[in-house]
Amino acid sequence: MGFQPIKFYQTGTYTVGNRLLSPDQRSVQAAESRSNSINSGHRACQGCGEALGARYAIDAAMAESHNRLIAVNATGCLEVFSTPYPESSWQVPWIHSVFGNAPAVATGIAAAMKVKGKTDVRVVAQGGDGGTTDIGFGCLSGMFERNDDVLYICYDNQAYMNTGVQRSSATPPAARTATTMPVGPEPGNPFGQGKNLPEIAMAHGIPYVATATVADLRDLEYKVRRAMRMRGARYIHLFVPCPLGWGTASHDTIRIARLAKESGLFPVFEAEHGEVRSVLKIRRKVRVEEYLMPQKRFAHLFGSHPHPEMVIRIQEIADRNIRKYGLLDEEEAA
Amino acid sequence: MIKPFAITLKPGTSLSNLTGTWRTERPVYLDRLPPCNNACPAGENIQGWLYHAESGDYEQAWRMLVEENPFPAVMGRVCYHPCEDQCNRGKLDSPVGINSVERFLGDEAIRRGWKFSEPPDSSGKKVLIVGAGPSGLSAAYHLARMGHGVEIQEAGPMAGGMMRFGIPKYRLPRDVLDAEVKRILDLGVRLRLNSRVENISASMQGFDAAFLAVGAHIAKRAFIPAGDAAHVVDAVSLLHSMEGEERPMLGRRVVVYGGGNTAIDVARTARRLGATDAIIVYRRTREKMPAHDFEVEEALQEGVMIKWLSAIRQADEGQLTVEKMVLDDKGMPQPTGEFEKMEADTLVLALGQDVDLTLLEGVPNLEIRNGTVQVSGNMMTGFPGLFAGGDMVMSERSVTVAAGHGKKAARHIDAYLRGAAYEPHSKHELADFGKLNTWYYSDADKTVRPMLDIIRRQTSFDEVQGGLNESNALFEARRCMSCGNCFECDNCYGVCPDNAVIKLGPGKRFKFNYDYCKGCGLCAAECPCGAIKMVPEEI
Amino acid sequence: MLKQIEGSKAVAEAVALCRPEVICAYPISPQTHIVEALGEMVKSERLAPCEYINVESEFAAMSVSIGASAAGARAYTATASQGLLFMTEAVYNAAGLGLPIVMTVANRAIGAPINIWNDHSDSLSQRDSGWMQLFAENNQEAVDLHIQAFRLAEELSMPIMVCMDGYILTHAFERVDIPSQEEVDAYLPSFEPRQVLDPSEPISIGAMVGPEAFMEVKYLAHAKQMQAIERIPQLASEFRSAFGRESGGLVRTYRMEDAETVIVAMGSVIGTIKDVVDEMRDEGHRIGVLTIVSYRPFPLEQVRGALQHCKRFLVLEKSLAVGMGGIVATDVRMAVTGAGLRGYTAIAGLGGRPIFKAQLHQLFSQAEKDELPQVTFLDLDWEAVNRQQERERQTRRSGPVAENILHDKGIVSAKFG
Ligand SMILES: Cc1cc2nc3c(=O)[nH]c(=O)nc-3n(C[C@H](O)[C@H](O)[C@H](O)COP(=O)(O)OP(=O)(O)OC[C@H]3O[C@@H](n4cnc5c(N)ncnc54)[C@H](O)[C@@H]3O)c2cc1C
Ligand SMILES: Cc1ncc(C[n+]2csc(CCOP(=O)(O)OP(=O)(O)O)c2C)c(N)n1
Ligand code: SF4
Ligand code: SF4
Ligand code: SF4
Ligand SMILES: [Mg+2]
Repeated sequence: MGFQPIKFYQTGTYTVGNRLLSPDQRSVQAAESRSNSINSGHRACQGCGEALGARYAIDAAMAESHNRLIAVNATGCLEVFSTPYPESSWQVPWIHSVFGNAPAVATGIAAAMKVKGKTDVRVVAQGGDGGTTDIGFGCLSGMFERNDDVLYICYDNQAYMNTGVQRSSATPPAARTATTMPVGPEPGNPFGQGKNLPEIAMAHGIPYVATATVADLRDLEYKVRRAMRMRGARYIHLFVPCPLGWGTASHDTIRIARLAKESGLFPVFEAEHGEVRSVLKIRRKVRVEEYLMPQKRFAHLFGSHPHPEMVIRIQEIADRNIRKYGLLDEEEAA
Repeated sequence: MIKPFAITLKPGTSLSNLTGTWRTERPVYLDRLPPCNNACPAGENIQGWLYHAESGDYEQAWRMLVEENPFPAVMGRVCYHPCEDQCNRGKLDSPVGINSVERFLGDEAIRRGWKFSEPPDSSGKKVLIVGAGPSGLSAAYHLARMGHGVEIQEAGPMAGGMMRFGIPKYRLPRDVLDAEVKRILDLGVRLRLNSRVENISASMQGFDAAFLAVGAHIAKRAFIPAGDAAHVVDAVSLLHSMEGEERPMLGRRVVVYGGGNTAIDVARTARRLGATDAIIVYRRTREKMPAHDFEVEEALQEGVMIKWLSAIRQADEGQLTVEKMVLDDKGMPQPTGEFEKMEADTLVLALGQDVDLTLLEGVPNLEIRNGTVQVSGNMMTGFPGLFAGGDMVMSERSVTVAAGHGKKAARHIDAYLRGAAYEPHSKHELADFGKLNTWYYSDADKTVRPMLDIIRRQTSFDEVQGGLNESNALFEARRCMSCGNCFECDNCYGVCPDNAVIKLGPGKRFKFNYDYCKGCGLCAAECPCGAIKMVPEEI
Repeated sequence: MLKQIEGSKAVAEAVALCRPEVICAYPISPQTHIVEALGEMVKSERLAPCEYINVESEFAAMSVSIGASAAGARAYTATASQGLLFMTEAVYNAAGLGLPIVMTVANRAIGAPINIWNDHSDSLSQRDSGWMQLFAENNQEAVDLHIQAFRLAEELSMPIMVCMDGYILTHAFERVDIPSQEEVDAYLPSFEPRQVLDPSEPISIGAMVGPEAFMEVKYLAHAKQMQAIERIPQLASEFRSAFGRESGGLVRTYRMEDAETVIVAMGSVIGTIKDVVDEMRDEGHRIGVLTIVSYRPFPLEQVRGALQHCKRFLVLEKSLAVGMGGIVATDVRMAVTGAGLRGYTAIAGLGGRPIFKAQLHQLFSQAEKDELPQVTFLDLDWEAVNRQQERERQTRRSGPVAENILHDKGIVSAKFG
């Protein structure tokens, strides 16, 4: 059983809170008492999806663990903008070791907590898509395979942002990055097979895998809280637009995330022990153009020398996701 | 703990880094004018009272509503609700059922016996009101609440004006009307019935100001040659007589001439009085008909027939001669020379009403145009201290407009009595649909009000349209999107990546922390109702 | 308790006596027997409470140790050679974060060519990582150094590698005195971390530090090792009083009275050297031995103090700074700068090449006569080297070096004539 929307018609489950909801139905983010795990004064770009996603996720984890939480961070934007000496934005115990080892560091902490009998203290590891799908992948897979008691959260902004927007294995086809420039016959990132980390995580048979976006806070909080109620290795893949790297307006971060989901390009679902348990249906389906066009990293697909054939291929990816995960309600899909 | 130098940091210390300096634009909270409020002829703060209704605080909602309009139960039945036409939700699924919630609140107030708050101490001023229709009663209500002495002089035997002598019972049950009128009178308003004012100059003596709201009661006539035995009546008199002891005798076949709401009301009344055929004859087409669509629809459901593009040329006993018409390019009906006969026991003329202006004779500086009294922006006629409103002035004729005039006049009279001028609040920017982020509103179609079964609609004067119950009234209220005004959804508080929004607590809304706000604009973009705007920072 | 026991097992026993709370390792010869033994102890709950984690790489092994240590657990791991290199980034990080992890390095050569046998190039490659490095001469010392290492590491909040020669020590059966739990408990207090990840007192560990403070951070790490120079001898003497054994310290001297020639070395080769020195002393040579126990911190003063009255010294080391010469020798020379001593370097035993007494005898004698070049490669097959070099001069694609040499040596037959 997936995420249960609250029957409330003014704004439904979509807003962060609402004065009319009973407090137990409100999101963590709606509370004055939320932990603000990453506090003001951090140096993320304006409208940074990763900064937002991290607070959403870690605050929810804090709430679920009754503030008994330790966070590990891989190298990347989140780490850099939150802890440049002499100031830290974190309000939770936090450690950054290196780029590729966050899952293992977390394992070590979890082991320490276990051996000390502090099983109430929970461990979250987090990293960017590069830190997760590329350089940290070995450690992540090991952590999954051992089923260590760690919740790993990947903030997927689809490139190595901290080093200046280079391609990662999570960069989508056609996207412009500093290492996949929009030149030549197939501009931007080549169409590959992709590296679907949530599915790879599922293949480990770990207790919980979920995807989410910063556009759907309640779904995200539900997933974090659910993950936190379980033991063992858990993985949440969180889609976080990056205004700088994607060439989007800073106020569009959430809209872009919403369009990624509504177009089917980013399927939002949860899985337990390798089986998909629920999907967040597309509510107002859009074509991929609507998602692609506001982003400068896809500008070369449109403009004066457009590449409609590439847009079609991207639409095919979306359609495949829709079929594969059943993202549309029956009637609409028919 | 002596923590290692530099590489280990104290938590939350980034607060000393004031990122507000990065900003080129700053978000500001604002209130915009919701389109419903903007459209309400009575100037109700619809969104405001829905806000309370949403939380189930119906009394508070009602109190807020009656700040502007003392007739929610009446409005909830007869108002043509232009608010709903403008409601932004109409562009999403269907407009909020403002009118049905209003009725629910009005009925709830009657059921629970809610009273208006006590008026303040008397100002010592006295205002004469002529006519106890919605306009006069509304003015009386507001003036009384401002502490002024009010006397209504009414020609008829009962208060209500057209609400009683025009609008049929099946649309407005009289106990509802009585209850809302009585509540006004309970404020200490003096009502003198059967007191026609013949000459306003004379009657105004002893009063500090007067408000005229005599309506428009003289039926318009069309020249139709009629045989001696032809049974021709006018709509206003017919409907008026419905309030008497005796039911008018109309016969089996009743033809109503006209295309307004009055014509519809007459035809529907005729059906209820036993006419097997109630036929409306109208010179133009359905699109051109001034009557509201929903009324036409309800009439058709009840078996009323409408003959389009037809003009009545001759009335004889039991029979009418009708000429077929065509519309010219301007949409005006033109005769064709084709005639036909129609059986009719009674012909009712529903061709509109004129204002009886005789009481104004001799008043200096009055301007009369198209048979209506001209008033300026403050509802005052050319004669100082003499105000007028409702059907007798140039405007749309409806209960709501009349009530709105009453309120407006009252405010200006109050100012006039104090020797001041009333300055209305400047209007906020309009909260049009484009200002909203409608993603956040979940899909919820309008609640349909229950309708009386069709047999009883054709045979009785029972109320046709039912009201909402508490649960669907709440549902309906919660469909409001709060366009332009913060409804504390916490979105801005949630979506700010920099925690630069401070939540002030229930009912107190939010505040920006400009020390840290980087001006990304996410809060403004994700505010569902458009209550945040980005303004350039002065650099 | 005296036991006839394999070095690895003995070390495992010693580590277990130190009550590690998280052990994590990835198998690599010749470290395997240590972690296998520990794994069994944890599994059988003889060592408890302790979490034993089988990781997927050395990088993870060090990373898990980092996490565990930062969370306040006593963390232990072991590796060697390629494994140490594979974890390098995390090795530096552990030191940078000041986490008192203890790691056994079962010293082994680094490939290519891949080689499982002993030399010191692995731990020496981590010379500047910020870790302390203590070298065991024999298995008894390996046992003892682990006990001291935990104490020192935790006191200073700095990680330590205990280095023991792969196979030579790890796989050797010797009589070793394994102390009792009570003795170890008395010597090694429980871990009181300097800083710890704790929800009741949050801190942020691992900040990004720019030019404005980076030098200071680095200096402070250096200063800690300088502090260790004082603490290591103190801990060794405490150890002596508690356990009745001489173990550890910064340096050890052997037959240095009136020595004119001093052989400087680290690790198990000291045993062979001592034998040769004994023989030469018997023959009347004025020769002694200086053992470096603490390679990092490097005890400059103690080395200088030990050497200043001799005439010459020969650093015999199992490591090579390719393109330069000795690694340990460089530090020793630095220690005696300006003392007017003649210094020689001998590179020996790389990749497990046996070091025989006769070779040493000859080498030391040459040294005494000052007949040595600056750098000597002990037991180098010059013929094989020369032939390969000759081939390379003639043809650009002269074939695989190792195979050619083996062929030259007649170990494999030529494939193509
Ligand atoms: C059949 C019919 C149906 C209608 N249905 C609707 C509807 O559904 N919704 C809607 O919004 N509007 C409706 N209207 C219009 C609406 O009723 C009027 O616009 C509204 O009542 C006007 O209010 P008023 O106060 O200006 O005048 P009135 O309601 O006409 O009241 C005027 C009062 O003044 C009294 N009076 C007149 N002359 C004098 C005098 N000289 N001295 C003392 N008293 C005097 C009259 O007796 C009357 O009581 C309908 C009108 C009719 C005719
Ligand atoms: C071992 C190593 N390789 C490379 C880097 C350089 N580096 C630091 S952050 C980063 C990119 C991070 O990308 P990602 O994980 O996607 O996080 P983001 O910055 O996009 O949030 C890179 C390549 C490093 N710090 N360490
Ligand atoms: S580059 Fe992207 S991910 Fe990094 S801080 Fe800026 S917006 Fe955030
Ligand atoms: S986002 Fe919600 S809480 Fe914020 S101003 Fe808009 S309506 Fe109010
Ligand atoms: S979301 Fe936050 S940082 Fe962005 S404009 Fe609004 S208050 Fe400022
Ligand atoms: Mg990234």
